[in-house]
Amino acid sequence: MTLRSRTVALVLLLAGLLVGGVLLSAMIGQFPITPTEVVGSLLRAIGIDTEWAPDDPLVESTLWVIRFPRIVIGLAVGAALAVAGAVMQAIFGNPLAEPGVVGVSSGAALGAATAIVLGASAIGLGGIALFAFLGGLLATLLVYVVSRAGGRTEVVTLLLTGIAVNAIASAGIAFVLFIADSASREQIVFWQLGSLAGTLWDQVAIVFVVGTIGVAISLMLAKRYDLLALGERNARHLGVNVERLRLFSIVIVALLTGVAVAFTGIISFVGLVVPHLVRMIIGPAHRGLILASAVGGGALLVIADLLTRVLVPGAELPIGMLTSLVGGPFFFWLLYRQRRRSGGWA
Amino acid sequence: MMPTTKPIALPGESLLRARGIGVRRDDRQILASVDIEVHAGEVLALVGPNGAGKSTLLSVLAGDLHAEHGTVELLGRGIQTYRPLELARRRAVLTQSNAVSFPFRVIEIVSMGRSPWLRVSDLADDQKAIVQAIEATDIEHLLHRRFTSLSGGEQARVSLARVLAQTTPIVFLDEPTAALDLRHQEDVMRLSRTLASEGRAVVVVVHDLSLAAAYANRIALLHDGRLDAVGTPHDVMTAERVGRVYGLDVQIHHLGPDARPIVLPVRD
Repeated sequence: MTLRSRTVALVLLLAGLLVGGVLLSAMIGQFPITPTEVVGSLLRAIGIDTEWAPDDPLVESTLWVIRFPRIVIGLAVGAALAVAGAVMQAIFGNPLAEPGVVGVSSGAALGAATAIVLGASAIGLGGIALFAFLGGLLATLLVYVVSRAGGRTEVVTLLLTGIAVNAIASAGIAFVLFIADSASREQIVFWQLGSLAGTLWDQVAIVFVVGTIGVAISLMLAKRYDLLALGERNARHLGVNVERLRLFSIVIVALLTGVAVAFTGIISFVGLVVPHLVRMIIGPAHRGLILASAVGGGALLVIADLLTRVLVPGAELPIGMLTSLVGGPFFFWLLYRQRRRSGGWA
Repeated sequence: MMPTTKPIALPGESLLRARGIGVRRDDRQILASVDIEVHAGEVLALVGPNGAGKSTLLSVLAGDLHAEHGTVELLGRGIQTYRPLELARRRAVLTQSNAVSFPFRVIEIVSMGRSPWLRVSDLADDQKAIVQAIEATDIEHLLHRRFTSLSGGEQARVSLARVLAQTTPIVFLDEPTAALDLRHQEDVMRLSRTLASEGRAVVVVVHDLSLAAAYANRIALLHDGRLDAVGTPHDVMTAERVGRVYGLDVQIHHLGPDARPIVLPVRD
């Protein structure tokens, strides 16, 4: 297949997953809604009155208060995590780097947990996001400084650093849990599992705005990430200000991960699986990779969220558990392949 | 000549001038008071035993490494005052390690050499530079392969093509022949000569003294971080000097119409 036909195939695939995922997510739940009602309600919201528009106020409120915010935050968080993964892999020069695996998500969760214990109501939603960002930033910097040598990161060093950072963050979260009152404790436990349930439009707005900015900046830097694949020194020879690019990228990764974690908890492996699949279809060039990862990550998370609601009747599974259940074996497979190819763990 | 490589200097004019270069690392003097000039239209070979400081000198001249002592002037301006992009339009560097982190295709890798000229050169110029680089390095049959699936020698040639596509007045090559077979070694050195004849300057680190002597206009012989000699192959490649610097008895033969020196160890 030529690159053009592969690209077309990818666009069709993503569009199908996106539309299908969003529609099914809006329809399925404790209170079933028909696809025509979903479409009619959406059309009415943008000022087009059709006969599909639902008359039942319960349908309207289910869609607009419960399901749509949940869908939109799923899209935004999925996009943020997948793009954070792609950017991280670019600056580490390693396809196994991922915010969840190397501990950036845990760092952000620690930040968010700290914000809650300090009194989330006082600082507001933005405060939680800010703390999550700072926690994520600290973790990213730590991983970066410790695990890189000569412009590249060996798999072993990266994973070991991830273990250490995850351990430190877990200890921090445990301590925060210990000193928290029971209400905060409940809220923190919910994060560690990850969930899109109970999303408010205020939260959606923050994630959506920050996510869009992060993805847009990553797209602008895409060409430079391509050059970075040649190694740091070669990228510099081609005119890339490597130090500045690195610094920028670390902030972007922390921003995207922090804002994703702040309201939905730790959702691992999205940043690993999505960019990898995209690379397999259209190759590693970063412009297409970042764009497709954003759309694919969003679609994947909406579908995963749908599965958490339907897999076990009458109960809701934590979404972080689900993504890890699928992502973990995938990660194993990647490790196995890389090991076989390079004949070792380098 | 390519339109993007309008001669910045006339043949023979100095493009790069280094004075009193000194580099210390871990209490070891890697380079000490090295003076060297690079002229437009020449191939300058840097030779010397392992650890003599060739690669370090190349890094200093290319602006990668800031020497504690001495100055490097590129086209009349201190090399440290250039921004990375300005530098990328004036000098290209082929490094020894050319690993690529993701499975890019060969054509994508070569095109990356054009990135410093993004938004300043025409598409036609870009295309022409890429096509010429591909022809010069004999990699047409590899274009749609993944870089990561190539052999070491093929990777070296693709990386060289990327460096050529950058179309800079100065080209630094750090051991470009190391992974290559006999024919491609000769090809690379002949290519250096072609670049020089277009008015560019080529600074190349080589281990094979006969290869250096056959193609370089001037040879700079480094020994323990100092410049032992710099001049034409005839002047530099004497049995006495090579024997002393490498600690090995050698014999010098002269072959071909211009009687270029050939260096051979004295064997029983």
